[in-house]
Amino acid sequence: MDLSKKTFHWMMTQRICLQETACYTNAVTQEATEEVSLDSPEREPILSDGPSPAITPVTPTAMLTPRMGLGTAEMFERSLDEIEEDDSGDTFDMHIAVSDPEKVGDGMNAYMGYKVTTKTSMTIFSKNETTVRRRFSDFLGLHSKLASRYLHIGYIVPPAPEKSIVGMTKVKVGKEDLSSAEFVEKRRSALERYLMRTVKHPILLKDPDVMMFLESSELPRAVSTQALSGAGILRMVNKAADAVNKMTIKMNESDAWFEEKHQQFENLDLQLRKLHASVECLVCHRKELSVNTASFAKSAAMLGNSEDHTALSRALSQLAEVEEKIDQLHQDQAYADFYLFSELLGDYVRLITAVKGVFDHRMKTWSKWQDTQLLLQKKREAESKLQFANKPDKLQQAQDEIKEEIEELEGKVQQGEKDFELISKTIRKEVSRFEKERVKDFKVVIIKYLESLVQTQQQLIKYWEAFLPEAKAIA
Amino acid sequence: VSSVNVDLQTDATLQVDISDALSERDKVKFTVHTKSTLPNFKQNEFSVVRQHEEFIWLHDSFVENEEYAGYIIPPAPPRPDFDASREKLQKLGEGEGSMTKEEFTKMKQELEAEYLAIFKKTVAMHEVFLCRVAAHPVLRKDLNFHVFLEYNQDLSVRGKNKREKMEDFFKNVVKSADGVLVAGVKDVDDFFEHEKTFLLEYHNRVKDASAKSDRMIRSHKSAADDINRIASTLYTLGTQDSTDVCKFFLKVSELFEKTRKIEARVAADEDLKLADLLKYYLRESQAAKDLLYRRGRALVDYENANKALDRARAKNKDVLQAETSQQVCCQKFEKISESAKQELIDFKTRRVAAFRKNLVELAELELKHAKGNLQLLQSCLGVLKGDT
Repeated sequence: MDLSKKTFHWMMTQRICLQETACYTNAVTQEATEEVSLDSPEREPILSDGPSPAITPVTPTAMLTPRMGLGTAEMFERSLDEIEEDDSGDTFDMHIAVSDPEKVGDGMNAYMGYKVTTKTSMTIFSKNETTVRRRFSDFLGLHSKLASRYLHIGYIVPPAPEKSIVGMTKVKVGKEDLSSAEFVEKRRSALERYLMRTVKHPILLKDPDVMMFLESSELPRAVSTQALSGAGILRMVNKAADAVNKMTIKMNESDAWFEEKHQQFENLDLQLRKLHASVECLVCHRKELSVNTASFAKSAAMLGNSEDHTALSRALSQLAEVEEKIDQLHQDQAYADFYLFSELLGDYVRLITAVKGVFDHRMKTWSKWQDTQLLLQKKREAESKLQFANKPDKLQQAQDEIKEEIEELEGKVQQGEKDFELISKTIRKEVSRFEKERVKDFKVVIIKYLESLVQTQQQLIKYWEAFLPEAKAIA
Repeated sequence: VSSVNVDLQTDATLQVDISDALSERDKVKFTVHTKSTLPNFKQNEFSVVRQHEEFIWLHDSFVENEEYAGYIIPPAPPRPDFDASREKLQKLGEGEGSMTKEEFTKMKQELEAEYLAIFKKTVAMHEVFLCRVAAHPVLRKDLNFHVFLEYNQDLSVRGKNKREKMEDFFKNVVKSADGVLVAGVKDVDDFFEHEKTFLLEYHNRVKDASAKSDRMIRSHKSAADDINRIASTLYTLGTQDSTDVCKFFLKVSELFEKTRKIEARVAADEDLKLADLLKYYLRESQAAKDLLYRRGRALVDYENANKALDRARAKNKDVLQAETSQQVCCQKFEKISESAKQELIDFKTRRVAAFRKNLVELAELELKHAKGNLQLLQSCLGVLKGDT
């Protein structure tokens, strides 16, 4: 059994499905790669408080079952559901596909290029369909910019897919085997989900860097995303410092809502990690089952060959065929286990880390505000003490100085309070949006996953029903 | 006990079964129950208690009996092996403090079910051995067999001591070297020549299939265990969640609890109908090979006796002795050949019947479980889809 051929077959199916989905929005597929002007008057200010576009479920095409049976009609139906689901304002109608991974260059400087196709009817985009080529560091660069811009004011920025030095090295070195093909497919799917989550966020969607990422034919190289670069090391240092600071901040939580939500997310984090680990185990064992079933099938065929009773020999060969089909079934199910269930859980484990990060930023904002307030208090005390200083000529100057400082600090305290209130308000909105999205995501994926299980059982029934008369025919 | 995986004719004159069994710390006690109209027994119905070593003693007595050289000796049942299961139960007991009461009860139930399954299997395998003997026209009359069935005291057969085990080992080494020698001699008889070639290949392939089926079934069990853990975590998620996805988690958790029980049953049924079938025929095909070896040995002895007779006649020395010896060898060889032929034909008939029965039952069970699974999945999907 040629395993590499099997994976290829599955991935081909994915690409066919992607192309078919692409057809529904535009009758004619035009691939335009023109530069878009960033000064378009349609771009609204980033932090607009306008109505947020409706949220639609994330159903990346990679989650389609790998069986060829899934027709275009079914996919078309599903996409219409997505459009129908909006309740107010603009329809969120956007679809991003990441496809066609291609190795560029050789050796350690080689990288994987991906095609990013955006299809949308929304007016903020200059074209209905745009295709660009991007590499992994471009995605990381985008995330890095968004994170630095929005995380500290309370927006939950979806995390980018993880780096993998081992995985990428194998690809660079040109190891064209099953595991590197799987790695590339896993990454492609993750990049697609990442982009879809990012654009579903009403604020992030309108960020100029997001627009540029989706529409510009050329992007400046994001060098600072490399793990061992200066920026990378600085990031690690900052992360460590943050961790220490978090331990020393003791916040007087006046808002029970935050206390409750924080605890909820801690619990959710723990359980999702546990579930993720169990599902990864299941994927592993199912793959093992597939391999062992294939091995048994071969063995049963051999046994059938050496059996000298004709009818029994034939039945054993049929058994071998059934088991071979079942092995493929197990493999398909393992892929569904992984791409539907396991990857969703992995995404949410990382998303919750971002949520916790946002809660931490609120704590930091509060802390900064309190510190400024303390400083102001100290200055006021210093001011009153000045009255009793005994250098009358210097007194006026000192008083003026300190008055200036106090005024400045008063302004800062006010700002600090405003910042804190704003981040609290933003987080409430964000958490509500996140929870709605989470509920939809899980509901959709659970249903899709159960449907994959149904299909497996239906196939099993077909195979065994075909075998039963063969077994009975042994005479 | 229903998992008898060989097709045997039931005969009113002698019926044997294992009506009860008791698993103690390091041994299993089987209650062997006999119903017979034969005059050899004092009563028509009676029971005795036997342990594994006594079954082995009976089997070995058949193998060592020259009179039975021409028969396929029913393979001895494998030793009851609860070590792995016992170890797991012990570990569970030690780890009781580290898990919740529900988890502990759940795991305990599972391990007990596993223990019970192994127990049922070993009872079945010991029973099959006895039934095979009882169904054999010659072996059923064996005196040792009757003693085994009727004598209600301990037979005092201890397991082989170290020296005896060594002797066995050397016997086997000599036998396999001999086996090669004997197998190399081409047989004039087409039937036996074909059987030799067939059995050598068949035995190896059954061995391979048996090992591979074991591995496949183990993976299946592991996957079922994973689904169990997933169900538990989903339940916790469901109870913790305040949004309406909690209903999904709880429903799916309930679903997975049920489907994983079915998956575990699928693995258990595959084990019984497929893996055990292959294991049994591994042992039977070895017994058939042993028969061919004995016949081959007798043939070699006969040919050597012929050569000795020619030499004696040429030298005109000890001719009568050589003639008698040659006649004995000839009779022995012909007797074995005659019964061996019938035995091998019966072996084929039994094999085909057993495979048919088990493959049909396997397919029926797989279908039953798949349909059960499907129904659970579809009903759950129906509820969940109605909610969105």
